[in-house]
Amino acid sequence: MSAVAPMSRRALTVTAFLLLTLALAVTLAVSLGPLDIPAGTVWTIVAHKISGLGDASGWTVSEEVVVWQVRLPRALLAVVVGAGLGIVGAVTQALVRNPLADPYLLGVSSGASLGAVMVIVYGGAGALAGVGLPTAAFAGALLAFGLVWLIARRGGGYAPMRLVLGGVAVGQLLAGLTSFVILRADDEQQTKGILFWMLGSLGGTEWRLLPLPAIGVALGLLALLARSRPLNALLMGDETAAGLGIDVARLRRELFVVTSALTALMVSVSGAIGFVGLMVPHVVRLLAGTEHRKLLPLSALTGAVLLVAVDVVARIALEPEEIPIGIVTALIGAPLFLYLLDRRLERR
Amino acid sequence: MNVTVDTVSVDLAGTRVVSGVDFLVGDGEIAGLVGPNGSGKSTLLRTLYRHLRPAAGRVLLAGDDLWQRAPAASARLVAALPQERATDFELTVAEVVAMGRTPHKGAFSRDNAHDRALVQGALQQVGMDGLAHRPFTGLSGGERQRVLLARALAQEPRVLVLDEPTNHLDIRHQVELLALLRGQRTTTLAALHDLNAAASVCDRVHVLSSGRIVASGAPAEVLTPSLIAEVFGVRADVVTHPLTGGVLIAFDHITPLP
Repeated sequence: MSAVAPMSRRALTVTAFLLLTLALAVTLAVSLGPLDIPAGTVWTIVAHKISGLGDASGWTVSEEVVVWQVRLPRALLAVVVGAGLGIVGAVTQALVRNPLADPYLLGVSSGASLGAVMVIVYGGAGALAGVGLPTAAFAGALLAFGLVWLIARRGGGYAPMRLVLGGVAVGQLLAGLTSFVILRADDEQQTKGILFWMLGSLGGTEWRLLPLPAIGVALGLLALLARSRPLNALLMGDETAAGLGIDVARLRRELFVVTSALTALMVSVSGAIGFVGLMVPHVVRLLAGTEHRKLLPLSALTGAVLLVAVDVVARIALEPEEIPIGIVTALIGAPLFLYLLDRRLERR
Repeated sequence: MNVTVDTVSVDLAGTRVVSGVDFLVGDGEIAGLVGPNGSGKSTLLRTLYRHLRPAAGRVLLAGDDLWQRAPAASARLVAALPQERATDFELTVAEVVAMGRTPHKGAFSRDNAHDRALVQGALQQVGMDGLAHRPFTGLSGGERQRVLLARALAQEPRVLVLDEPTNHLDIRHQVELLALLRGQRTTTLAALHDLNAAASVCDRVHVLSSGRIVASGAPAEVLTPSLIAEVFGVRADVVTHPLTGGVLIAFDHITPLP
């Protein structure tokens, strides 16, 4: 019996370690910056804001504003977006049965970029007056999703190849349009803003941006966890999955909708942050295995830790200037990823 | 549980690949599906594990239409060993076999002691119980195949559908697998390339040629030199097996038929 006991102890250890690391990372993220605030003060301010307890004389007003209005919402959004990217990465890899897939493979981020760029360049005038950037990005993402849906639906079954080719083609089309709009922008400040957005940034996060992606990621994780066993089966192939009693076309359709909706939510609040969705599931597979009941929650946690940490670097590396987060994920992520890949090859 | 293939036809991309196939697999019988490459064996099997819907005709399980059931309900009765035998993802052997429990489990239910015992038992049956935590991708072709058979067994099916189960296996493991199937007494439909394997293990064989059944019956009645020449295009003689007393098909590997 022990021979096939699940390696749940290992998964539990990894979970506990990740939760601790996440708490630590969030604390660091709120405490570090141009104004360094001790971790103890950070948590007393947070406790005071939540429960009204504690004496407000232990810290300055600017400390309170920095912790509560600026850094905490930003760190929590990093948690949500990182978790979401980790989950969507893992599921997209199963959906198209390719370990090299990432959340942006199916074209959604290109649509979001087009929407965002339209608002940055033409915003405040004509039809786009008053449309917020997240709203426009989300609308663009939906447009891309709709196009890929129509392409993948043909021939039935949302086959991996059709999804990928549809996603890549729509992505290219929308990226072309985006580039055209950027070229027409004559303002250097605008161009810089666009570049910043497209590389991803959590700058300027406010509390009001948090609930929608947070609820989306929570519901998405639940919906995907309910499909853990079918996701496992999908890794072996469509025939295998069919033989195990799974309606494969329907499963693909559901996964496609959920992952696209999550990606759209995240990209609309943070831009297209690269590499996290590709890398995180691989890291987790090395730590705890490929089985989706472990892979999904652990990818969420790992993605959250990673993005919080990376956002700290993005904020303070060139203080007081910020670096787009996508640059940091690539600079840290690529070497780390190659190192892990090497270790895996050795282990074989 | 008996299986009736009732005038089943299958179309692939608008072309009829299987036409009007009719046969019955009795309860506990082992039926062999033989025929040359491209004769439609795999395609027909796919209608039994619900990968392909028949264009016409029905597949009946104990008289009830398989395709009228919910997908998971039919997978609790029919388990398959399809041709898919590789993956780019690192799963352990135990995780692959545990997939067999999928149709028995709810959305959030975990594997319990019963599931684990079935996985362990199935691995023992195929002689792979020492390798439960090895990565599936690191196994040889034959080992993978035995693991996938274990997955089908862990599904606790009433009907086994096996597509070339002896492919990639060395001769010893072929013999062991066929003995395992005979010992199971689970209704089995297997596509087999090896006519001697089919002759020794099957209660009945059904010969497919260009998507149609051209002969059905006990191996000794069906696998005659003239049928083998006509369907497979090779010279062969059928003799009594010196060890088992069963049918032995001796192929002429030297002279092709004109």
